Amino acid sequence: MSARLDVKKTYKLYIGGDFPRSESGRSYVVNDAKGRFLANASQASRKDARDAVRAARTAFPGWSGKTAYNRGQVVYRIAEVLESRRDQFEAELRSSEGVTAAKARDFVSAAIDRLVFYAGWADKIAQVTGGANPVAGPYFNHSAPEPSGVVAVVAPKGPLLGLVSVVAPVITTGNTCVVIASEPHPLTSITLAEVMATSDLPGGVVNVLTGSVAEIAPWLASHLDVNGLDLTGVTDADLARTLEESAAENLKRVRRPGLEDLLAAPPLDRMTKFLETKTVWHPMGL
Amino acid sequence: MTMAKKSTAFEYAPAPESRSIVDIKPSYGLFIDGEFVDGRGKSFKTISPSTEEVLAEIAEGDAADVDLAVKAARRAYTRVWSKMSGAERGKYLFRIARIIQERAREFAVLESIDNGKPIKETRDVDVPTVAAHFFYYAGWADKLGYAGYGEDPQPLGVAGQVIPWNFPLLMLAWKIAPALACGNTVVLKPAETTPLTALLFAEVCQQADLPPGVVNILTGAGETGRAIVSHPDVNKVAFTGSTDVGRAIAKAVAGSDKRVTLELGGKAANIVYDDAPVDQAVEGIVNGIFFNQGHVCCAGSRLLVQESIAEEVLAKLKRRMKTLRVGDPLDKNTDIGAINSAEQLAKIRELSEIGEAEGAERWAPKCDLPSTGFWFPPTIFTGVSQAHRIAREEIFGPVLSVLTFRTPKEAVEKANNTPFGLSAGIWTEKGSLILWTASQLRAGVVWSNTFNRFDPASPFGGYKESGYGREGGRHGLEAYLR
Amino acid sequence: MNSTASSLAEATASDAALRRFLHGLPGVDQVGAEQRAAALGTRSIKTTAKAFAIDLAIRMVDLTTLEGSDTPGKVRTLAAKAMRPDPTDATCPPTAAVCVYPDMVATAKKALKGSGVNVAAVATAFPSGRAALDIKLADTTDAVEAGADEIDMVIDRGAFLAGRYLDVYEEIVAVREASKKAHLKVIFETGELQTYDNVRRASWLAMMAGAHFIKTSTGKVQPAATLPVTLIMLEAVRDFRELTGQQVGVKPAGGIRHSKDAIKYLVMVNEIAGEDWLDPHWFRFGASTLLNDLLMQRSKLKTGAYSGPDYVTLD
Repeated sequence: MSARLDVKKTYKLYIGGDFPRSESGRSYVVNDAKGRFLANASQASRKDARDAVRAARTAFPGWSGKTAYNRGQVVYRIAEVLESRRDQFEAELRSSEGVTAAKARDFVSAAIDRLVFYAGWADKIAQVTGGANPVAGPYFNHSAPEPSGVVAVVAPKGPLLGLVSVVAPVITTGNTCVVIASEPHPLTSITLAEVMATSDLPGGVVNVLTGSVAEIAPWLASHLDVNGLDLTGVTDADLARTLEESAAENLKRVRRPGLEDLLAAPPLDRMTKFLETKTVWHPMGL
Repeated sequence: MTMAKKSTAFEYAPAPESRSIVDIKPSYGLFIDGEFVDGRGKSFKTISPSTEEVLAEIAEGDAADVDLAVKAARRAYTRVWSKMSGAERGKYLFRIARIIQERAREFAVLESIDNGKPIKETRDVDVPTVAAHFFYYAGWADKLGYAGYGEDPQPLGVAGQVIPWNFPLLMLAWKIAPALACGNTVVLKPAETTPLTALLFAEVCQQADLPPGVVNILTGAGETGRAIVSHPDVNKVAFTGSTDVGRAIAKAVAGSDKRVTLELGGKAANIVYDDAPVDQAVEGIVNGIFFNQGHVCCAGSRLLVQESIAEEVLAKLKRRMKTLRVGDPLDKNTDIGAINSAEQLAKIRELSEIGEAEGAERWAPKCDLPSTGFWFPPTIFTGVSQAHRIAREEIFGPVLSVLTFRTPKEAVEKANNTPFGLSAGIWTEKGSLILWTASQLRAGVVWSNTFNRFDPASPFGGYKESGYGREGGRHGLEAYLR
Repeated sequence: MNSTASSLAEATASDAALRRFLHGLPGVDQVGAEQRAAALGTRSIKTTAKAFAIDLAIRMVDLTTLEGSDTPGKVRTLAAKAMRPDPTDATCPPTAAVCVYPDMVATAKKALKGSGVNVAAVATAFPSGRAALDIKLADTTDAVEAGADEIDMVIDRGAFLAGRYLDVYEEIVAVREASKKAHLKVIFETGELQTYDNVRRASWLAMMAGAHFIKTSTGKVQPAATLPVTLIMLEAVRDFRELTGQQVGVKPAGGIRHSKDAIKYLVMVNEIAGEDWLDPHWFRFGASTLLNDLLMQRSKLKTGAYSGPDYVTLD
């Protein structure tokens, strides 16, 4: 009796809640930590990026219009589903990045806990960054944060914890995003997309592209319907500068490259960078 | 135009929620150190206020039980809970929130049976708000440094908490969720007439694997409460209930190191200006006073309506009241359930009779009240003046006192003319008038063009004799941090 | 009532007076109105009450076909369905009316002869209402002469939103006159009026102009009928009768597809306007697919098993 043959998964993009192949029909080889073939990942094109932005924009009114409580519940649900599939993620991290079992466990735990951390922020960020302003006059004056809109994100390496650390803060506050997964290790990011797709997260809130950062990122940076750009995962300083210049055209909010220790408490500006502050005045009188 | 022949009336058939989902045991012990233990002393019965049937025999915690519970809470505080990271504490609270969501129907039915409030309210208001409250404070546990109470705020220790019978499970959530999120452990006493959902909550703590002693539930009456409040190893007292008991607690802890928050009575003014959205205002008046049989400390029990539209508003209010359905709390179409206890019913009757005797005009729609159980029809008094006792004392029942005013200043003056200051309502389409009125009112919660809204993110609490401290929101953390 | 009648007459004396009157009506708070509608939607209607509601709802249906592709054949099958919604059950009541375009009135009238089921015609350049008044009147006359029992007209939303209330009013008065003995339903297209304040103003405007019925929508614009919009209209007819003694009917139309929704509307009629309106003479559903769902629920109540679309007639 011969051994059973595995049924291998096709890794595709995640756009608007669906898993399409790249419209370009391209893919690139992804190897494991020992250089052995793992899979062909979709290689996204500028048109895929365009479609992803459109999906993110379409999802924005619905997602930002949900109550903060509801968004928190959805982000928490992602954590729940991720926890239920942690064995798969640990195995994937070990094979793709060659980390030890203990390290893989820590990364998965940290990714789950990070989602829980942000789930709790959904209905608190306004209470920490907003509030009443005691203006010198007969006015009620109140400030509150609102999401900037569509944010393009270049994820750092670390297809699970890295991606969660940059995406969760952006969407928790009501933005939608297009994220370019870690170029050398994109597969686990797509598996994570499967988790998001089954966690009550509306399609289009998170869109995951795999492929070349140098090829796709400039199209997102110059896209006039993108409001923010997170360059966390850009390692080439020249590219980062070019992208920031490009983003200046429509004054995107840009978070410059640089990655904190992912196992430490995340900085607040992962959220506040992509929040606007709205101040409302109203007279008080008879 | 000719009137067509009338159809047969649209009578709603009974739509009772099934009781089979709840499993009420014949007797209950105390929940101490993660386990149910027999009470060492007396016991009492909890009954269904809508049928007067005995539901269960409940242990009455005595001073020794209280001491055991406080010791368990102290142990859990020192050894486990205060040492645990905020993130891990938070995850326990998220679990509790989820289990409550999962067992929502069971809680809703049990609360309705034990308290007498309509299933519609337990199902759509109490239980979802409870889950939301745990969910909200779960998220604070690892973010306390952002709350504005210092960079590294610390818990207080053991919290002794005593809650009322009007929102048994919701008041439990308001007490336990912030306490635990901040790293405290608790000894909580539910009200004598409504212990069952707190005991079911103890089971939730077990399902969530909450470390033993973090939550202790002691059933009992006034004596049990006094023993908790006065226990020397309790660091913090949180009480919701009557102003008289609140005053006694404030005196009892005087001179000690105990921190205190009190959420007490109210006599809220619901102010309706002549440019109000009238149909919604009528709904707000109805919701303000008849929600939960009027057993609401922030109930809009004084309607202040501008004289120029008083007649119109009252006509619409009376018509609306005729559609209120009073009866079986488990019927999904019931709007007003049973009064919680014979004692409370007697108090409502007494104050209503005083209202009549003092010259106010009493009106209630015709309604068939069940022959067993404790019932009071939705009632309004017109021609009430500030001097009447029904305009000053908290009735805590479905009884509205109607007063009129001529100008905004008069409205504010009358609204503030009370020792209480918990809540108030304002109805007008003019934004600046809302904000002016709100700025003048001496009340902790002001609802504009709505009433009786509660949200875990929103702080709640009173001015003056309605108590001090806030529950809910970022502000609700302060009471449990140092 | 005389002073009321004269004050209402004064309100329509000029555009300015009418605007003052309509804008003097109490405002509607959107959040509160929607909460009230949602709360009524949680009423649990079971067993005997449900059976009563389903039969009443069937009797209130204006079974509608308003397509460019309508043919005499289509209208005749619709008429057959209206008279005998469930051919297997003689206890099933007929619908209130069949609603068609004016050129189909004669066909419908003939098919329904002697059945007691009315013919309603949408007139006045339905659905947009963008035509000159004489054309709208000719459209109405055409339908009336062909035998229409009821005329469903659309208001000039452009004029309404531009604040030319008197134009809207006078047009309704003129169409009412052209409708002769036919009952006049006035369609607001509430999806285009957008605010509940506008719905309340349009309701009063139409009632003052003599509408027998006020109707939410054409079914051609989204959103069509909603519970809160119908709530506002039911409050308006209730208050109008209180003031004038005249009762006006209400017809939500478009988007009501399920029995559960229909029952929510009936609960709302019962608790907002009162049981006087619980009659096909005072409340209608403009719908097409709703009827089959009502029939399936009716069969579920009788047999205890859920029915399926293969067991109701598709006409």
